[in-house]
This record gives sequence, C-alpha cells and structure tokens, in this order.
Amino acid sequence: MKSFTYERVDTPAAATAAFARTPGARFIAGGTNLLDLMKLEIETPGHLIDVSRIGLDRIEPTSDGGIRIGAMVRNTDLAADAQIRRDYGLVSRALVAGASGQLRNKATTAGNLLQRTRCPYFYDTNQPCNKRKPGSGCAAIGGFSRIHAIVGASDACIATHPSDMAVAMQALDAAVETIDTAGKTRRIALADFYRAPANTPHLETVLAPGELITAVTLPKPVGGTHIYHKVRDRASYAFALISVGAVVQRDGRGHVAIGGVGYKPWRIKAADAELPRGAKAATAALLAGAKTTHENAYKLPLVERTLASVLAQAKG
Amino acid sequence: MKFDTPATNNPIDQLKVVGKPTNRIDGPLKTTGTAPYAYERHDVVPNQAYGYVVGSAIAKGKIDSIDLKEAKAAPGVLAVVTAASAEMLGKGDFNTAKLLGGPEIQHYHQAIALVVAESFEQARAAAALVRVQYTRAKGNFDLATSLDGAVKPPAVFGTEPDSRFGDFDAAFASAPVKLDARYTTPDHSHAMMEPHASIASWDGDRLTLWTSNQMIAWSAGDVAKTLGIAKDKVRLVSPYIGGGFGGKLFVRSDAILAALGAKAAGRPVKVALPRPLMINNTTHRPATIQRIRLGATTDGKLTAIGHESWSGDLKGGGPETAVGQTRLLYAAPNRMTAMRLAVLDLPEGNAMRAPGEAPGLMALEIAIDEMAEKLGMDPVAFRVLNDTQVDPEKPERPFSQRRLNECLSIGAEKFGWKDRNPKPGLARDGRWLVGTGVAAAFRNNINEKSAARVRLDRNGLVIVETDMTDIGTGSYTIIAQTAAEMLGVPLTQVEVRLGDSLFPVSAGSGGQWGANSSTAGVYAACAQLRTAIVEKLGLDPADAVFEKGRVRLGGKSVALAKAAGGGEIVAEDLMEYGDLAQRFQQSTFGAHFVEAAVDAATGEIRIRRMLAVCAAGRILNPKAARSQVIGAMTMGAGAALMEELAVDKRFGFFVNHDLAGYEVPVHADIPSQEVIFLDEVDPTTSPMKAKGVGELGICGVAAAVANAVYHATGIRVRNYPVTLDKLLDKLPDVA
Ligand SMILES: Cc1cc2nc3c(=O)[nH]c(=O)nc-3n(C[C@H](O)[C@H](O)[C@H](O)COP(=O)(O)OP(=O)(O)OC[C@H]3O[C@@H](n4cnc5c(N)ncnc54)[C@H](O)[C@@H]3O)c2cc1C
Ligand code: SF4
Repeated sequence: MKSFTYERVDTPAAATAAFARTPGARFIAGGTNLLDLMKLEIETPGHLIDVSRIGLDRIEPTSDGGIRIGAMVRNTDLAADAQIRRDYGLVSRALVAGASGQLRNKATTAGNLLQRTRCPYFYDTNQPCNKRKPGSGCAAIGGFSRIHAIVGASDACIATHPSDMAVAMQALDAAVETIDTAGKTRRIALADFYRAPANTPHLETVLAPGELITAVTLPKPVGGTHIYHKVRDRASYAFALISVGAVVQRDGRGHVAIGGVGYKPWRIKAADAELPRGAKAATAALLAGAKTTHENAYKLPLVERTLASVLAQAKG
Repeated sequence: MKFDTPATNNPIDQLKVVGKPTNRIDGPLKTTGTAPYAYERHDVVPNQAYGYVVGSAIAKGKIDSIDLKEAKAAPGVLAVVTAASAEMLGKGDFNTAKLLGGPEIQHYHQAIALVVAESFEQARAAAALVRVQYTRAKGNFDLATSLDGAVKPPAVFGTEPDSRFGDFDAAFASAPVKLDARYTTPDHSHAMMEPHASIASWDGDRLTLWTSNQMIAWSAGDVAKTLGIAKDKVRLVSPYIGGGFGGKLFVRSDAILAALGAKAAGRPVKVALPRPLMINNTTHRPATIQRIRLGATTDGKLTAIGHESWSGDLKGGGPETAVGQTRLLYAAPNRMTAMRLAVLDLPEGNAMRAPGEAPGLMALEIAIDEMAEKLGMDPVAFRVLNDTQVDPEKPERPFSQRRLNECLSIGAEKFGWKDRNPKPGLARDGRWLVGTGVAAAFRNNINEKSAARVRLDRNGLVIVETDMTDIGTGSYTIIAQTAAEMLGVPLTQVEVRLGDSLFPVSAGSGGQWGANSSTAGVYAACAQLRTAIVEKLGLDPADAVFEKGRVRLGGKSVALAKAAGGGEIVAEDLMEYGDLAQRFQQSTFGAHFVEAAVDAATGEIRIRRMLAVCAAGRILNPKAARSQVIGAMTMGAGAALMEELAVDKRFGFFVNHDLAGYEVPVHADIPSQEVIFLDEVDPTTSPMKAKGVGELGICGVAAAVANAVYHATGIRVRNYPVTLDKLLDKLPDVA
C-alpha cells in the first residue's frame, strides 16, 4: 500500500470540493473494496476523501412514486428496508445473496455499484492486465477464464462486473444521481452507466473524475414476482458464476437482467419482450453474439437453464 | 520404553479420563482470542521489526538484476535481504526448492527478497519498490501433456512406486466384467486459517524462532541446515498453530527470512506470508491423473485390481502416493499399482491431509461405485464382498484390526441406505435431483517414536513437556488425559507444555500419527515417573495404585504432593517401536455416506447430509476426534465440489491465489454431519491401543459425494471438482 492522506467531509459539496483540491484522490465509503485494492497496490490514490458520513443515508419516496436510495445507505439497511422488501424485493434478495453479513454492514449503495472486477489476474500485479495497467495486455484471454465475460467483452478485457445488487437495479430500471466538481447534478440511467471495455477497460463508468454518486433511484413499483437466482459453486459467500434477476408478471411479461456475463449487469430490452415465449427465446436475444472461451462456454446453457427455472418458479 | 509385544492390561484401560468426551483444555484461550499465535507474540522480545516477502514474478528463469535503491530509501526501511546478501544459504532436507531464490528462479512467488521496516505498512510499501529484471525460461506446467516423460520415482517413506502380485494383465484381460477408467484430481491448497508466520530473534549466535510449525525437531534441524548453523543454536517455539494440514510440516520462507532479516536489521523481525503468497510460495497437494482397471467375476468377486497414478513436482521432488491404499483395501488375486512422476515447474508439491489416500480414494472409490453398477450390485454389498482380512500382497500378514465391513453395514443402517433406488436419476424433490453415495475410508496407521518429560511438583501438579504440537487437533487435551490417567489425578492437576525444541523430541503432528504416538511417549514418561515416585517413598512399584491424587500401596496411601515434598520428581522417557507394524498391517477404516441434491436446471450441487462411521482403535477423546472427523468431512466436501488451484499453463502458477478465488466450504455447504466411532482397541499400536482419525476423516469423502451426484443425476464426473459446468450438458432438458 502506498501511503496516503485522508480527510473526512460532511457534505456532498465538501466532497467534490475536496476532490477539486486534490485531483487523483478517491472517495472512500465502506472501504470494503477500495482498501483491498490499495493493499495490493492495484489502486494507489495519494488522498482519500471519506464520504461515509455526508448524509445520503436515507431511503425516501420520489415525486413520481418511485424511491430514492441515498448513496451511503448500507447494503444491510437497504436489504432490510420494509418498503424495499415490499416493492423492490429483487434488490433485497440480490443484496443478501452477496458477500457476508459483516461486509454488507459496511458496504454502501454507491460503493457496491463501483466495486471492481474479480478477475484473478487483475489482482496479481505481476500479470499483464489492461484494466489495471493500460496497454499491458490481458492475461485472462488464453488463461484461466472460467468466471469471465461472454458478452460485451473486447480483445482488451473480458472481465465481468461482480455486483449482485446492480443486477437487480438494472432489471428495475434504476438511475444514478450524481454531483460533479462544478456542483452540477445529473441523472444517468444505470443502463448507460457502465462503459464497454473496448480498448479502455480501465475506464469503467461514465462518471467524470470527482463526480460523486448521491443516490440511486428506482421508478414506481412494477409489482410482479421478484426472483434473484445466483448460481455459484458454493452455497454462500461466493461471487456469482452467473445470476438471473427477474421481475415476472402474471401474464408472463417481465424484465430480466443477467449478472456474471459481462462488464455490466446484462439487460436487453428485446429479450424482455421475448420473456413470454420462454427462456430459450429470451436467452437467444440476451446473449446474441456471445463469445466464449473454452472455460466459460458453460455460461451459455447455464443462463438459459437458470432463466427457465426462474420463469417456472414465477409461474408457481 | 520399547513397544514390541501387543499391549496387555495397563493403567490407561481404567478409562477414567482417557476415552471420555473432554472439552479442550486450551479451548478458553482459543475462544477468547488469547492463545498466543506466532505473529502475535508481542510479549516475547522487545523492539520487533516487520519483514515483508517479495515473491518472484516469474515461474522459471533467472534474475538479471535487483535494484534495491528505492526500497532501501523508503520510509522506515531497516534492511533488505536477498540471496546475494544472504551468502551460502543451504536447503533443508524437507524442502525441494530454495526458500530464498535467486539468481535462479524455481517457481512462481519463490521468495527473492525480504524488506524489513519499522512498521508492517512501511515494509509492504517498500517491498513494492524492489525492482527486478528477469529472464524467463521455458517451463513445464501441464501435467496432462507431461505423462510420456514421467519416470518411476524413488520410494517415498518406504512406499515403493510399483507393486505387482499375481498376473494382473492376464486376469484383467480375461475378466468377464471390466472397468478401465481415468480420473483426475486437481492441485489443492491447505488453506489453513493461520498463515505461515515467524518471529526471529538472535542472541549472539543463538536463534529463537516463534513460529507455526507441526514438526519441531525436523524443522529445527532444517533451519540450522539452511542457515548453516549448529542445530543446538536453534530454538523453535510453536505452542499454538492455527491449522496446518501438512502445510506446516516443514520450514518455509517466513522462518528463514525472519532469521535473515533479524540478522541484517540487528533486531527481532516478524514475517507472515500474506494469503496470495501462501498458495504459490509454499507447498500444495499435487494434482493427479489416475487410471484404474478392475476385473471381476459376474458374481462380483474382484479378480484384478490395477491402479496407476501420475503426478508432477519440481525436480528433486516426489510423487503423490495415490495408489498406496489400493494395495490394501480390497481382495483380488491379481494386482498391480504404479506411480510415475513428471517434472513440473509449478510450486513444490508435498503432503496435505492424508497425502496419497485422499486423492487416491477420490478415484478408487468412484471406480468401485462404477464397477458395482456394472455388476448390478449394491455398492455397499460389493465392497463387503471384496473385503480382506490380510494384506493382499503379503497374505501371511494380517490386519491388526479391520472392521471396514462393520463400518459399512452400521453406516448403511443408520443412513437408511436400504430405501435407496439402485437406479440413478430418479429421486426428485421439487427442482432438486436427489441421490446418495457411499465410499470406503482407509488410512494407514503410523507409529513414530516420541519422548516426553513429566514432572511432579511440590503442589502435586503434573507437568508434561514434549515438543509435540497441537495444530487444532486437541493434542493438549489427550496428553493431559493420558497423564491424568497414568498418575491418578484430575485433568485440572495436569499442565501440558508443547511445541518447544527445548522439550524432548516427540512424533510431532503429521500423517495422523500424532495422537497415538505422542500419548504413547507420555505414557512411557509417566510410567517412569510412577516408578520414581514409588521408589522415592521406598515402596515396591509393581503393585502401586495411583488414584485420586494419591499413591496407594498395601495399607499405605500418600498424597502425590507429599511424595514430591522433598523436591520435584522428574522422569523422561521415549516410546520406541519394535516390529509389530511389520507383523501386522495397522490401518484405520471408515465408511462415508452422503446425500446430495442437484438443481435440475442449474446443476448446482448441495450436500444435504453426511455420515461417517470410523474404526480407528481407541478413541482417546471422542469430542475432539469427532471435531477432527467433521472437519475432515468438510474438507472432503471441498475437494469434491469446489477446491481446485487453477493452473495458468502459460505463466506457470496457481491463478486463484486468495480465498475469494480458492473456495473452501462455508457453513451453508454443510448442513448436517454425523460421526460414529466403533468401539475398538488395537493392542498392536501402543499401550494407548489407539490410532489416528484426523486423516481418515477426509479419505473417501469426495468420492461419496461424487457417487451421490451420480446417483442423483446419472451423470458420472471423473474429473474433480464436480462442478455444475461438468453436468450441464447432460442434465434433463428444461422447458
Ligand atoms: C470477501 C468479499 C466478498 C464479496 N462478495 C460479494 C458478492 O457476493 N456480491 C457482491 O455484489 N459483492 C460482493 N462483495 C463486494 C462488496 O459488495 C463491495 O465491496 C461493496 O459493495 C463496496 O462498497 P463500499 O461502500 O465498501 O465501497 P468502497 O470500497 O468504499 O468503494 C468502492 C469504490 O466506489 C467509490 N465510491 C464510493 N462511494 C462513492 C460515491 N458516493 N461516489 C463516487 N464514488 C464512490 C470508491 O472511490 C471506490 O472506487 C464482496 C466483497 C468482499 C470483500
Ligand atoms: S480480463 Fe480484464 S481485468 Fe482480467 S486480466 Fe484481462 S484486462 Fe485485466
């Protein structure tokens, strides 16, 4: 770990102002991802701005009947919130399928969206990795790639985004609210939030330097049956090989997002339209153009089969 | 004391303390976090500095240059050690690769430097500033493509690489029912909780290492040899060990580098291996490729058993002895086994819990299941039918005790085996396909000579000193139980001191020999102490009775405290062994039963319940023994379902080198476990009449799981771990 300086701020404006003073700084929330990466010198910020106590810890209704989740709401609190459980059960289920109780107590909504990949080569600074060190190559291509992406990847990077919560939010049409260093706020659909790796896998989101996430919003509840099926080798405390987050209505229509297959939770509107026709049709739309390695080709049938199981469960 | 005739009645047989389910005497320390593990020995010596290990970034080749300028100039740095500065470093007898590499690099993450600084953070930050230029050499990292070059290795601990009996080729060729199948087991990591860690302190030319090590005498010797100093100048202290599983049988780089760092910095230095370094820097259980051929008559009698195993290791290393159990487990008049060893440039392989048997049974016990199915026989009945009471390769040699059939039948009864539909793939519970599997467990018993010193102090307290280690197994407690039984005192009147090279040399912890061997050593010392006490009282030792803190003889009864009133009474002895282990085949047996469910859609596998029935001689502490077995069953479940070091065959290293990537079971994976011990004593093993269970517990577990998955799905997976990607294309269609 490189030595760094640290400050704690108490408002969002103070956070972005602190960043403007110290470019190259990082915000730290729960620290459950950032600190691990710093210990391994995968991230080496010279300054940390602690945003964990800037307010933004409330869950409140929005004017259009939806809900606004403060960026600093802890994963545990979000999963346990009565309204979330009632109207956005998918979020709650996805959260409790992730990490462990201790980690969820620390982890925040914003931090969860911004957690970085679990590609093992990314974690080993001796290995080439374009995401960690642009231009150095990608060790996962041609290497151990069982957990890697099958859609949206590039020749520069085949990493997946590991978040469970983000899969649920993607299925529920979430949007991210931010404030930048100039004090300007904006709203970004989660669907547009993550950047495809292309030739720049180290750039993962559309956030500008110093742009702070203040909240995640979810639109009006859509009802339906909410199912999150996380598939993994061990029963708990493991990242998803793939996951399916689905909201299915009685008539068979619904929304679906897939985790563990791409650089972001994978949602294709055309696939939603296919849902009433079943898992095969929906998966064909979801994973059109998929590119697999010898080690992760199993994800193609796995997505289809898991989705089929989820749809069957939704029928009850 | 020499143990060369089967034990007769002795004070242990009173079973007032021994054999009773007993809480660990070190339990309160463990549960309150106050057991002093090596890295936390802040109390033992002041002014400790921190060392951080730099591991090689390449798997094979050489270091062209190391630039230490930046590292040395970094804040807090006190010293940097490299192979160049640590001249003339030797290599321990138990190590294959050097613990401090350079200029030649033998494997990935081989230690090449230690940075010592005032704080851990400073040492770690400066370690990242060590600039190394390498030239890579081409290495061999793929076992599967190395089989042709594999050679017959030398014998390992007396186990010959090959064996032949009868005429295997002819018998197999003519057998009416045959199986010829290939199985693979991957590299495994011990993944124990406590990392390898040491604090080193020099006093002139004397070195003290507070460390975490299973084998004190071996390791004190290897430290001395590596550093080129006399063995009597080295003291190793290792009273508490947070798991070892064979990964701490040997000296590793933490100890050697702490010693070198302390010398260079002129003050005590502590070093722990960070998790990502443990996997490639230390040892692992090597992967195997195994071919098993079985021939049987149509009524289920095995006529031919052939088992070949290939594994790899660094040059100078040894094979994974995966065929050992096959020489002893089932009867058949025609047999062959063979081990071949390939040179691989991966990190060095070595012992991990039940080396040999664990991966060997992973294959053999699937093969037996497959053969039973070919024969249309129940897998329990097939095993029972092919039992042998003698060493099949030396029929004149009986087993000292062999109750495998009882383990199988009692287990079948308890588990409800008879309700099982023999046809696979038929039982369903909602979206789950449900199946059951069985496997035999087998692990040899080993006796190692072991010494102890016992003191009776003026307060009547019995103090036992031996360099035996407690790796979480419960050694403290069974040793206290042994001394309490021998001297007729309550457990609270015994104090056990372990893991210090100043104490008499014990068997140490490995090969499941620790429990029987170390307590036998304590038995011998206690027998001496009894004699010394009685002689001190001027009595004839033969008929003395030690009970309730007193020694009684005829009408006379003296409190032990009083006997030692004139000064502490001390006795020391060593238990050695004659040829009983040659005359009798001493082994431990068990049967594992597993119920597993497989998600019909996703192929996710979840164990539902596990049962082990073990026959392993006298169980000294049923509570600790049960813990050993359920822990081993858990480890076996990991081997079955998730544990695999992923080899990068281009760069030559284990990629998933942390506990996020190398998955071991969590609580949710293990819903229900039951253990039954058969009531058994084995008078041929020692006066304790005990054997070991710590390794028996893992043997066969993975195959029982794999067999249950087969029974649930009808899909036979022969390549471990059994993961969902290996099932998916054969699972029933989903709508
Ligand atoms: C052992 C382990 C197991 C795990 N298992 C799972 C799992 O199964 N499923 C899963 O989904 N996750 C899992 N996680 C990941 C966990 O969910 C994340 O670490 C956590 O959500 C990150 O939140 P945090 O608040 O701690 O983020 P931090 O570590 O504080 O920050 C993460 C990133 O977000 C940035 N950031 C934080 N807040 C803001 C903000 N308001 N605006 C802009 N940038 C911000 C930081 O600069 C940093 O780059 C696991 C983690 C661990 C350590
Ligand atoms: S997949 Fe991406 S993160 Fe992994 S090694 Fe390649 S570039 Fe790095």
